[in-house]
Amino acid sequence: MNRYPLWKHIIVALALIVGFFYTLPNFFGKDQAVQISPNRATLKVDASTVPRIESILQDAGIEFNNIFADPNGIRVSFASVDRQMLARSALEKALNPDAENPDYVVALNLLSASPAWLTNMGALPMYLGLDLQGGVHFLMQVDMQGAELQRLDSIATELRVMLRDRNIRHSGINRTDKTIVIAFRDDDTRQQASALINREIPDLALTVTEDDLVASLRPEAVADLAKYALQQNINTLDRRVNELGVAEPVIAQQGASRIVVQLPGVQDPARAKDILGRTATLEVRMVEDTPGMLDNALTTGIAPFETELFFERVRDGDEIPILLKRQVVLTGEHLTDARPGFDENGQPAVHLTFNPTGSRIFRDVSRENIGKRMAILLFEKGRGEVVTAPVIKTEIGGGRVQISGRMTSSEASDIALLLRAGSLAAPMEIVEERTVGPSMGAENIKQGYNATLWGFVAIVVFMSVYYMLFGVISSTALAANLLFLVALLSMLQATLTLPGIAAIALTLGMAIDANVLINERIREELRAGLPPYAAIVAGYERAFDTILDANITTFIAGLSLLIFGSGPVRGFAVVLCLGILTSVFSAVMVSRVLVELIYGRRNKLASISIGQIWKPEAAAEKK
Amino acid sequence: MEFFRFKNDIPFMRHALAFNIISVVAFVAAIFFIATRGLNFSMEFTGGTLIEVRYEQAADIGAMRTALASAGYTEFVVQHFGSTEDVLIRLPLKDMAEDDAVSDQNMARQSEAIMSALNISQEQLRRVEFVGGQVSQELAEQGALALLMVTIGILVYLAFRFEWRFGFAAILSNIHDLVIVLGFFAFFQWEFSLSVLAAFLAIMGYSVNEAVIIFDRVRETFRKARGMTTQQVLDHAITRTISRTMITHGSTQMVVLSILFFGGEALRYFALALTLGICFNIYSSMLVASPIVMWLGVSREQFVKPPAPHDPTRSADGACV
Repeated sequence: MNRYPLWKHIIVALALIVGFFYTLPNFFGKDQAVQISPNRATLKVDASTVPRIESILQDAGIEFNNIFADPNGIRVSFASVDRQMLARSALEKALNPDAENPDYVVALNLLSASPAWLTNMGALPMYLGLDLQGGVHFLMQVDMQGAELQRLDSIATELRVMLRDRNIRHSGINRTDKTIVIAFRDDDTRQQASALINREIPDLALTVTEDDLVASLRPEAVADLAKYALQQNINTLDRRVNELGVAEPVIAQQGASRIVVQLPGVQDPARAKDILGRTATLEVRMVEDTPGMLDNALTTGIAPFETELFFERVRDGDEIPILLKRQVVLTGEHLTDARPGFDENGQPAVHLTFNPTGSRIFRDVSRENIGKRMAILLFEKGRGEVVTAPVIKTEIGGGRVQISGRMTSSEASDIALLLRAGSLAAPMEIVEERTVGPSMGAENIKQGYNATLWGFVAIVVFMSVYYMLFGVISSTALAANLLFLVALLSMLQATLTLPGIAAIALTLGMAIDANVLINERIREELRAGLPPYAAIVAGYERAFDTILDANITTFIAGLSLLIFGSGPVRGFAVVLCLGILTSVFSAVMVSRVLVELIYGRRNKLASISIGQIWKPEAAAEKK
Repeated sequence: MEFFRFKNDIPFMRHALAFNIISVVAFVAAIFFIATRGLNFSMEFTGGTLIEVRYEQAADIGAMRTALASAGYTEFVVQHFGSTEDVLIRLPLKDMAEDDAVSDQNMARQSEAIMSALNISQEQLRRVEFVGGQVSQELAEQGALALLMVTIGILVYLAFRFEWRFGFAAILSNIHDLVIVLGFFAFFQWEFSLSVLAAFLAIMGYSVNEAVIIFDRVRETFRKARGMTTQQVLDHAITRTISRTMITHGSTQMVVLSILFFGGEALRYFALALTLGICFNIYSSMLVASPIVMWLGVSREQFVKPPAPHDPTRSADGACV
């Protein structure tokens, strides 16, 4: 006779089945894989590309396990790392004949090795944190101040063009700190300009001081700019990471001005940091060629008013000084494309294409400055370097410009990549880095696994000896708890970190509390003279309040860690909170169902196996 | 098998004063060490760079120090980490700022400079961590906030669950544990990292419930047994729950020891904090919280005045595990 409600049995059975299937993928583990995705929007990689990939691999004699197309491209899985590496180089060679200008990105990847039906029902292995699978984590701080200054610089350029187009004469437009000061000769033109600016550039707030018009960005515009800068930087990082060939990167906003970049499995953090940390921006400025000024600047060490001293690099690594006007003609934000190539003399070059606004500015400036020198600057890591400073021979229209000279072809493709992948809308700096080598990740998994395993074994042994059959039941419930926890973590694809594994172990240790409470309580009821089955029922019922009590406070701690924790500690908190939920369920319901299955069917229960019940002498107990 | 067989209640409260003196002394000593030695905060809280390297054979620490010193670093720490092949190199933020331009960007690149100064290859590198000044400050602030929130959460819970005397005693014994374990960390200069903080918070949540269970039993005994003095009631409650306390804490401790022995260097202090936390919790829930309740003047009258409605979930003897 079964006195425990049927629906509770069904719930437990269902939970176990679901738990089993969602835990399963973790046992299959992950296969080494290669992911092929297009490097250009015009190219497509889909199911139709599969035969081509297959034939490349067959020609190279590389065996693969599985090949399929998904929205990100094509993935091929392999049995070993060696084959994966061979396959990558074979595919690289076949798909990208021009290594300087790759058509496809061939990235190393991991792929769930579970059977397709499991993957189809959404059962995936747990998502391992970087401390477990190795990789690079960066937290980058976007310099909003810098974004504001850049924006003001480009507005200043826009203003110059605009005022000239409308024939409004001004006597100088300069940015000083966070304002643009426009000087006028008379009140009339100033009012004209003021009206024009208010109409054309609503982002600017204008004030009048003496003869000047002082423009600054409105607070709303600054806020918009910050939002835009962050988004633009994320997009840029996205494209750069794509070109790095990292599979499954995480690039996300954190807080108001930070970006998290996680590159799992990256073997060479230095290169990743190099590409990500590079804030290459392009600027076009005019060269100050007035004779004597450069020498003067060099001897005094001070650049004359409105100019800045830069260095132009030459072939053998030497640098020659060059004096540039402070005024920026054009910035990288007007750039639409940059490709490596060669100029008419066969020298490596970068071909730039500007958008219509950029093209117009470039045309105007080049027309007005024929015979003068124009410098193309590349700003990297906050330091500007003149790539080339050619003499303007004719007006340059159409927005197509080529920078050449004094670069190697690999430099050309690097510069093109950085420019193409977009300049950053605002400077960024790395404020936190965590790099974990792949060997360390594997070791962390092993240590975490061992800690959990031996902790679990110790509990099972102790419980089974101390509480006999009830101990075995408690241990089984604990195993079910572990199953549920792993299944939940897999389902939610929560990031599992090393502290997270520690939390799994800790949860097991705390979860057994509930069963100890129940078993002690049953013993106590037996001691008080209740018949065995009544003692079981009473034990489970009366221990429940205490179990809830025991878990609520730990849950409070887990929640506040979840709210305030970051990084690996957050992983700890997630597991702790989930573990509390699963442990209450498994300790109370699963163990109860097991007890019912063993003892519930018997009509007359004479004794239960819960270890020795020691009774103090009746007299001592009663009064 | 049953470990704990007590015929009579153990007269814990007879020695309450002695235990309280021990606690106060330990507490004051802990505060003294925290104040004088301070906590050895990990790089997460102080900012800086940390590089862990594994060599094929035992590493020559002296040579590494010389190499770093000749590269112009002054305030670095180079030490073995777990074994003689493993080396940990730490640099504070300040030193790096002096050495290079003042931007975080350059500090983030410091790890590469060090790696090249010491000829560390990509294969030997185990991990690099860099935390900038602002981030470390935020981590410290958030850690303090988490601590505050756990304390408030537990206070609210206890206020809702108990009379103020019990709540006060429980939180006091909780703080007692926390400070003493912190005292250990200060005395031995063990590294206090984010995961240690997590362990502290988890143990706070876990341990407060121990006092709750004893107090539940105290309340029951007061309601049920007439003619017992407060001292006897407390002794009875502690004696009756001691089996449960030992076994639940013992099983949690087994797992924690397993983490300590098998979890590797990364989890060492985490497990150590848990171990100490659990040990002191066993002590304090029995011998700190209960005497405080006694001094606060808990008595039978506080529980029996409103005739409690019959609670069908309570057994006849009012026992509650």
